[in-house]
Amino acid sequence: MIGGIPFNGPFVAVAVLVGIAFYIMVSKRNMIKLVMGLSVLASGVNLFLVTLGYREGGVAPIYTNAPAGIMVLPVPQALTLTSIVIAVAVLALMLSMIVHIYRHTGSTDSEKSRIMKG
Amino acid sequence: MDKLLTHSPILIIAIPLLVAFLTPLIGRASGKARNVLVVASLAFVEFLVIILARDIYLNGIHVYALGAASPNLAIPEHFMVPVRIILEIDAMSIFMAIIAATVALAAVIYSLSFMKQETGQTRFYTLLMLLVVGMFGMVFTGDLFNMFVFLEIASIAGAALVAFRTRFADAAEGGFKYIVISAAGALMVLFAVGLLYAQYNVLNIGALANAMQFSMLDKIALALLIIVFAMKLGAIPLHMWVPDTYAVAPAGVSAILVVSSQASMYALFRVCFTLYGATLNMYTVGWIVIILGMVSMFVGVTMAIPQTDIKRLMAFHAVSQSGYMLLGVGVGLAVLGDPHALATYGREAMSGGIFHIINHAMYKGLLFLTAGALFYRVGHRDLNRMGGLGHKMKITSIFFIIGALSIAGIPPFNGFASKFMIYESVYQFNPILAVIAMLVSLITLASFAKAFQAAFTGPQLPEYKDVKEAPKSMLIGMGILAAAIVFFSICPGLIVHHIVEPATDALINQGAYVSGIMGGTP
Repeated sequence: MIGGIPFNGPFVAVAVLVGIAFYIMVSKRNMIKLVMGLSVLASGVNLFLVTLGYREGGVAPIYTNAPAGIMVLPVPQALTLTSIVIAVAVLALMLSMIVHIYRHTGSTDSEKSRIMKG
Repeated sequence: MDKLLTHSPILIIAIPLLVAFLTPLIGRASGKARNVLVVASLAFVEFLVIILARDIYLNGIHVYALGAASPNLAIPEHFMVPVRIILEIDAMSIFMAIIAATVALAAVIYSLSFMKQETGQTRFYTLLMLLVVGMFGMVFTGDLFNMFVFLEIASIAGAALVAFRTRFADAAEGGFKYIVISAAGALMVLFAVGLLYAQYNVLNIGALANAMQFSMLDKIALALLIIVFAMKLGAIPLHMWVPDTYAVAPAGVSAILVVSSQASMYALFRVCFTLYGATLNMYTVGWIVIILGMVSMFVGVTMAIPQTDIKRLMAFHAVSQSGYMLLGVGVGLAVLGDPHALATYGREAMSGGIFHIINHAMYKGLLFLTAGALFYRVGHRDLNRMGGLGHKMKITSIFFIIGALSIAGIPPFNGFASKFMIYESVYQFNPILAVIAMLVSLITLASFAKAFQAAFTGPQLPEYKDVKEAPKSMLIGMGILAAAIVFFSICPGLIVHHIVEPATDALINQGAYVSGIMGGTP
């Protein structure tokens, strides 16, 4: 239990986030919404990683002046940090590409702007 | 010299990374100095790859632990599992590194002229070096999470390069498609890594393989990894990004993207063979890979026939050719649990598939570069509007013929050598597969005959009167790859025996990879 939330609560949240993200990516035609979907997906995966490292009642894994008791796993937190940084770069790149596409086609609709077919 | 060899694994990744961020500084002072720096550093990396390869063939797997007192100390004292960032390079990794280094060198020399007219060239070389870093990192790393990081580096740099010529409307679109599928795919890789980490608390591939219990979660992780890497290597039905991306990228980048897709193929093989290995029943997984390969092969080539855009046509052939590699290695995977079948034909099928990887990188790289040379002189990629270019671009047309004959598998070219190995061994596994593979090869020939006829033969067209031969640096870039093809064609036995078969054995022999990390403990 994390303050009244059942321990698998975060995993349910992960499933919901990933589900929403895939729904957005498959169903929406607006490219900005597509990017939002990817961002939600990234958050879902990050939440998954952080939850994996959580230990019930654990403290932050800093050894200096650490209170007694178990610590949460540091590795998933390091992974999450890396993943967040990468996600920022990807989002910035995607948005800048959308700007270029918009300049050429005047639309952010992925169906209208599709020059290449076949 | 010894020190150089010991540290070469990290130097091969670090030098391009350093140069990537040095180019903006040096590019401010002089464009020429920047070009020299980029080419010289890639030539030096190629040299490092070759000395490292030689040592691996002689002395076996290299392990390099970053930040350890001694680089080969994978597991520190008092620890049960490897904790540092570890690079593990076996014959399969170095095989991919040889491909990456050679194609990158050729493509960069080619790009010197090709990109001369573009703005922001300095940023182009920065991104190109980052793409090279991503590829080397993916094939060298012994750690599943680092594989995700390097996959992302290669994807981001690759997508930015695809969209580099933003004055074309389709460039940004191709880049956007690539980054979307890459980002979604990479996040799924991260999810799979999380699933594995949750159970075993390690990220190292060797340590994971050692601890693997084949629970339900492991199978879900395997399925995710196979889907993502199949998408990243462009196997049908997840190929939709390949033609759009390859067609709009600058030609040199298209050539490197082929290798970058093959790095994903390496990741797929590494996961199937080394991470999961023979203990899981690989028959089903092998058949999945074979079917992916067959569908890619056949649908790819049929979609290539009606294309009139020369680079889209080649991109569909790239999809089709990766089918051969999947077929060859898939057969090996399917019979991995059966030593007799593996010895009679499985190993040869895998060798054929792996030999096809290096051949494909060389001839498809060369073909993309010739297509880029046509674009550079003519200004468009439409085959219907080209014609008679062979009169003026004689050397380019010779390079095109070399590449086309090789991809179609005409003896004595290297494409024939690897395809023949695949036909012969797959026939013993299942004759129908071999027959379809041969048929696809014929259609490939027809398609390239059409492309050659449309672009190079016929009377000289009035609008192309002033067309000249491609510039010198582009010819040198194409020449490197053409020379590699001719060399492979003259002595395929030498290549198969010294480079390909060690790579095959490295994939089959899971124990060697695991004990490379875990030491003597089984």
